[in-house]
Amino acid sequence: MSETQTRPANTREYRNGKSRRVNVARQRKLQRLKEVAKEFAEHRAAMVALVFLLVISLIAVFAPLIAPESMLNVTKLLDVPHFAPPSWEHPFGTDHQGREIWVRMVWGARTSLVVGLAATAMSMIIGTVVGLAAGHFTGLAGGIIMRVVDFFLVLPSLILAIVLSSVLSRGVLTIVIAIGVTSWAGTARVVRSQTLSVASRTYVERAEVLGGGHWHIISKHLLPAVMPLVLANTTLTVGSAIIAESTLAFLGLGDTTQQSWGTVLKNAMDVSAATSGYWWYIMIPGIAIVMVVLACTLVGRAFESITNPMLRRN
Amino acid sequence: MSTDVIPPGKAAIAEQQDEGRESHRQSFLGYLLAKIGGAAISLVMVVILGFFAFRILPGDPVRKIAQSRPMTAEQIAQLRHQYGLDQPMLAQFWNYLTNIATGNFGESYVYGKPVSELIAQYFWPTIALTGTSAILAITLGLWMGQLAAWRSNSPYDQVATGTSLVLWSVPTFWLALLLLMIFGGTLHWFPTGGMVSTGIPTGTPEYFLNVLWHLVLPVITMVAVVYAQYLLVMRASLLEEMSADYLTTARAKGLTEDLVRRRHAVPNALLPTVTLVFMHIGGLIGGAVTVETVFSWPGLGKLTYEAISGPDTPLLQGTFVVFSAIIIVMNLFADLLYRQLDPRVRRA
Repeated sequence: MSETQTRPANTREYRNGKSRRVNVARQRKLQRLKEVAKEFAEHRAAMVALVFLLVISLIAVFAPLIAPESMLNVTKLLDVPHFAPPSWEHPFGTDHQGREIWVRMVWGARTSLVVGLAATAMSMIIGTVVGLAAGHFTGLAGGIIMRVVDFFLVLPSLILAIVLSSVLSRGVLTIVIAIGVTSWAGTARVVRSQTLSVASRTYVERAEVLGGGHWHIISKHLLPAVMPLVLANTTLTVGSAIIAESTLAFLGLGDTTQQSWGTVLKNAMDVSAATSGYWWYIMIPGIAIVMVVLACTLVGRAFESITNPMLRRN
Repeated sequence: MSTDVIPPGKAAIAEQQDEGRESHRQSFLGYLLAKIGGAAISLVMVVILGFFAFRILPGDPVRKIAQSRPMTAEQIAQLRHQYGLDQPMLAQFWNYLTNIATGNFGESYVYGKPVSELIAQYFWPTIALTGTSAILAITLGLWMGQLAAWRSNSPYDQVATGTSLVLWSVPTFWLALLLLMIFGGTLHWFPTGGMVSTGIPTGTPEYFLNVLWHLVLPVITMVAVVYAQYLLVMRASLLEEMSADYLTTARAKGLTEDLVRRRHAVPNALLPTVTLVFMHIGGLIGGAVTVETVFSWPGLGKLTYEAISGPDTPLLQGTFVVFSAIIIVMNLFADLLYRQLDPRVRRA
């Protein structure tokens, strides 16, 4: 759509053929970006969600300034009441060791977001590479790759993530790997189906006829065509990864030295908060997870509806 | 919810339809063999993964046991011999394969019982929980999803879709904790854990009702999280069909809107939905781990949690293989059902 509407390059650029080409390409990209931004702004819920995510990210980045780490030091909290319900003094209540829940939430946001983003990046890279390979290479190689993709798609990802994180040494990196390695199959399938539809277009055939190798075709033609889809999928995956992180932490597989929303909920379960009436201990971390994941879902769906050609069909 | 990447959306549906078209070209026997072969390969891969995932890694299970109680070097060597850990990797792998073929998953470190015995004991409670949840979630999700699509952008659709998106964002274990807190801990309407109260003789109607009573909260948790996904899948699938010409034809014949939906649109929309719904069974199984943990439901999920806390490698390996096998079989079933549901294929 944008290709036909590109403004002509200005006169100075006509003198040098090369720089003109580059500038036209850049202008097209810029224009498309503006279009996407404009369409995105029309999704009001997604805009609110995006702002919310930015605020949470800022809180995570500036956690040491908002709540100094000493506020989590249990040995300095001996005179603070344990299980204090929310009040002016303790806005979100305190936990079983007298720590403020809100401080744990602020620090936990770091783990949730870092793991969410890192695991997503890993999952996206694996998914894109495998999906491109499955779509580009036909015959036996493609068949084998798809068999592997189907295997990972069907496999209970949480169970596999549990297995991985229980055999690897505890730590944030382990959680990232466990989630990344088990969640790429969906992306690979979407990328493959998009690759297949792009690969049959004439401009790709032309490049093949002109002698373009596998690397050229994949990097210059197929990858740019599937990127918008992958990026739209990314935000949705961040939400899933955050839930996966909190689930693994809840099962006691997280990094015990780091705060995480899932760990707060694990502590809550270990002290039977649900049956002892410590409602804030359960409500606050849970609502935080739901809001962040919902925000990711809303942003992701908005991006998906803008960039996915399959959805623009009607 | 699960860690599945794609939330049910139109993209997944459209892709599923493409997939479906591809499958029509094969004969039934070819299709059957291909699917059974695929499932068999997946099973073999699970078994291989179940072995290597636990052995490529540096941790020594015997040392972990030795940590909990003082042991002499001789006792450690004895233990290592007992679990076959002193043999070369290839010999261990062969032992593992022959053992699995005969249903022997080794002995649990924590329980000191054969893993297969434990799994057999905890298997049926899990099937009761996930099976009930799956049936309710599929019925509810598909029914509400087709209504949402048929009246798309109506207030009903907005509420149904909005609720689903929120529920889709809820971690299963948190919803379990929340329901436990409200209906178990505060209102005392339902028990806070276990499968049956003590002192009730097995096999009586009273026993059955008591199990049902314990089943309510875990099932509500799993249904709430999963039905939302099914609703979104069904809604997206039916929306794809909404503009199809055959619906116009059906209306031109004078059929009521209700009949057009029930007899024409929904059967077609069901096709891609079925496969996606079964694909999400994996998510349901994953949810069982945390739900059973929170409600102390004596199933494979709780067994998995105990295996993590041990750590109890043979037990975790066993539950992993069994869970994966259940899911692979369910998917095979979905593939065959898909063929059966599609009249274009049945006729061929």
